[in-house]
Amino acid sequence: MEYFERFAIPHPSQAIYASMVAIGLTVIAIIVGLTYFKKWGYLWREWLTTVDHKRIGIMYLISALLMLFRGGADAIMMRAQMAVPDNTLLDAQHYNEIFTTHGTVMIIFMAMPFIMAFMNYIVPLQIGARDVAFPRLNALSFWLFFMGAMLLNISFVIGGSPDAGWTNYFPLANNEFSQSVGTNYYLFALQISGLGTLITGINMIVTILKMRAPGMTLMKMPMFTWSSLVANVIIVFAFPVLTVALTMGTFDRLFATNFFTTSDGGMDMLWANFFWVWGHPEVYILILPAFGIYSEIISTFSGRNLYGYKSMVGSMVIISFLSFLVWTHHFFTMGQGALTNSIFSITTMAIAVPTGVKIFNWLFTLWKGKIVFTTPMLYSMLFIPTFTIGGVTGVMLGMSAADYQYHNTMFLVAHFHMVIIPGVVFAMLAGLHYYWPKMFGFMLNEKIGKWTAWIIAISTLLAFMPMFVSGLDGQARRMYTYSASTGFGLWNMISFIGAIGLTIGFILLVYNVIYSIRYSPRNVGSDPWDARTLEWATPSPVPYYNFAKVPHVISTEALWDAKYHQHELFPEPYEKIHMPNNSGVPFLLGCIFFAWGFSFVFGMWIPTILTTIGIFICMAHRSLEKDPGHYVPVEKVKTTESKLRGSQL
Amino acid sequence: MKIDQSLPLEYSTQQNQLNILGFWVFIGAEIMLFGTLFAGYFVLVDRTGNGPTGAEIFEITPVLFETFILLTSSFTIGLGIHAMRKGYTKAMIWFYVLTLVLGVVFISFEVYEFMHYIHVGASLQTSAFTAALLTTLGTHGAHVTFGVFWGMFIVYQLIQRGLTPETANKSFIFSLYWHFLDVVWIFIFSFIYLKGMV
Repeated sequence: MEYFERFAIPHPSQAIYASMVAIGLTVIAIIVGLTYFKKWGYLWREWLTTVDHKRIGIMYLISALLMLFRGGADAIMMRAQMAVPDNTLLDAQHYNEIFTTHGTVMIIFMAMPFIMAFMNYIVPLQIGARDVAFPRLNALSFWLFFMGAMLLNISFVIGGSPDAGWTNYFPLANNEFSQSVGTNYYLFALQISGLGTLITGINMIVTILKMRAPGMTLMKMPMFTWSSLVANVIIVFAFPVLTVALTMGTFDRLFATNFFTTSDGGMDMLWANFFWVWGHPEVYILILPAFGIYSEIISTFSGRNLYGYKSMVGSMVIISFLSFLVWTHHFFTMGQGALTNSIFSITTMAIAVPTGVKIFNWLFTLWKGKIVFTTPMLYSMLFIPTFTIGGVTGVMLGMSAADYQYHNTMFLVAHFHMVIIPGVVFAMLAGLHYYWPKMFGFMLNEKIGKWTAWIIAISTLLAFMPMFVSGLDGQARRMYTYSASTGFGLWNMISFIGAIGLTIGFILLVYNVIYSIRYSPRNVGSDPWDARTLEWATPSPVPYYNFAKVPHVISTEALWDAKYHQHELFPEPYEKIHMPNNSGVPFLLGCIFFAWGFSFVFGMWIPTILTTIGIFICMAHRSLEKDPGHYVPVEKVKTTESKLRGSQL
Repeated sequence: MKIDQSLPLEYSTQQNQLNILGFWVFIGAEIMLFGTLFAGYFVLVDRTGNGPTGAEIFEITPVLFETFILLTSSFTIGLGIHAMRKGYTKAMIWFYVLTLVLGVVFISFEVYEFMHYIHVGASLQTSAFTAALLTTLGTHGAHVTFGVFWGMFIVYQLIQRGLTPETANKSFIFSLYWHFLDVVWIFIFSFIYLKGMV
């Protein structure tokens, strides 16, 4: 039994035991359900082995929503603990674990897959491609992300959660101060999912550069595709930095090296620098595709083409460049000296300029437009003012001298939530409502959707605006409690009410999905929003080959041209279509990577060696395999098309 | 698969072109990886703690051997690609085998070098400097080792399947990888060894 003691959790509590039971019951329910309904074959054939970018996108979407609730549960526990002074709902250790997993889950396992979901689903459709450049690698990306997410999520029931913050600063994160295996989980979960993200980055860049429809030059790409291209370039340049940092951290913890220690020459600030050289571009990896989604939505529902297309592209490229030059602003107080801080202050504030250009472009797109207030548009309109609050406080934090006052207070926490929630989460929810009919062939209920949007927006303000006040008043972040005499009680109570509001909002979102599955009318057609870009030119839900004929493009708004300017979108005759074959290897490789990470977390070397060999066997198999794909004959394309179009027209 | 006869074999199908561009982007990521390792090394190079400095442990002889061997292997794989373009499959296979043999010799020298470092008291755990040194060299060495195995699979496929658009594409991409490792070694040689020895 001694061997298994390593899997025990170091800081048990009732809540964790309850979670263990809940996880166990859920797993049993899923297995029994799949067996009872005889769905194992369906699951394997249609999902686990798929290389279809649309299905992979939907799997990213489901994972992101699940992780949203996992991260949300963490958030509500933190806010409940902070709601009143001297609360004893959570102890300090438990609170540390929860804010760590909240941050990690929300950034890496909620926001990233949400972005990936839309990039996977929409980009090939927007450029008129049949799949991504490397469909097999795309499946591998998803499974690596998914297994990384699962690895982090089992940490709190097997061996202990990470507890050194999502930034995982050394020396706090070394063996001396973080004794449980939690930090190992963090390192390997991020390493595995980061590998998946890097592969997606390469895949998307090649897809966008080489697989666009005839006539679609770079400057005729829809804005979401442009934003994805820029974000993926950032991914390719930023993620290797994280890879190296995580490897060094892993070596420090598992092999007793001295990269980030405070003895034998180690330098703890090296971690902070590496982490933020990746971490700050990471923020823009999230926000740029979100901006792309807003651009699509605002242009569609204003009935106008996007104002300032070229300046939009230019500002994104400038943002991507500047995003690598601001990392030091995350630790102005760590003694770099005035010159360094000043330089990074200036680069930080410079980012506000291209971002401001984008905000004004959206406003000018609205100007004289025929605005239709649908749910996606409502989210976009709520985004602009709330995001601006977050952005302006960011400029305040960017002033290095003033930052000594704000650093590590709730003011900072308020700032980044006010940027990420309106910037990324609203965009994802807007995109969810906007692209839902394309993905599933029916609309989400508009009335419930608008209620949800208002509740989420007001609750966001309620939850985070008070933190600006209490932060300026000196409330430090990551403190698990405070005394009544500080006077923070009122502000934290308001925040807690906001957090409850957000919970209600997200539950309403789930209710909307269930309600719409049951009651929403089907056959909404391929273009329910009167949209402008290519993804709406193919039937909904999209056939597996995307486009029966290759579309031809003459402007940024191919579908609009076809609908209102007599542009012929599909001038070519039907041809047989080449499609990639499904494969179970990416899923298998993902599982092996999970076992590999798990073995490393606990320093179990024999399983580590075996799984490493397994990984190489999968790669060897791929090298030797002959996989020419298959052709869909013209007749089959024709019958599929007449069935899909016939039911709609 | 549509095969465009006007292009070299490795570029002749659309998937081949995608693969090559994808690999160039991957090399971009690899440059960032090694760039980060170098940045870490430069930060930690003088932080030797109680351990030795670079000047105390570096030995010029094995390093020179490694450099000549790796540069030569870059030349031989270039000849391999030249043979491929000419359609001389047999010559190409021999040049690839020669490249891989040189790779194995390189790795052997590197293993010897690592044993020397551990012998003189510069192991992974000694100081921040040794950790950064051995991690940077080790990452390059691991890439070469991986490349040797990868190359073996490619040679096997060349023998089994001959020169097809797929095998030509794989061979070409492998040559990009091999040249890239050579470029990284030039930086290691200049900025780790030479700079460390003066």
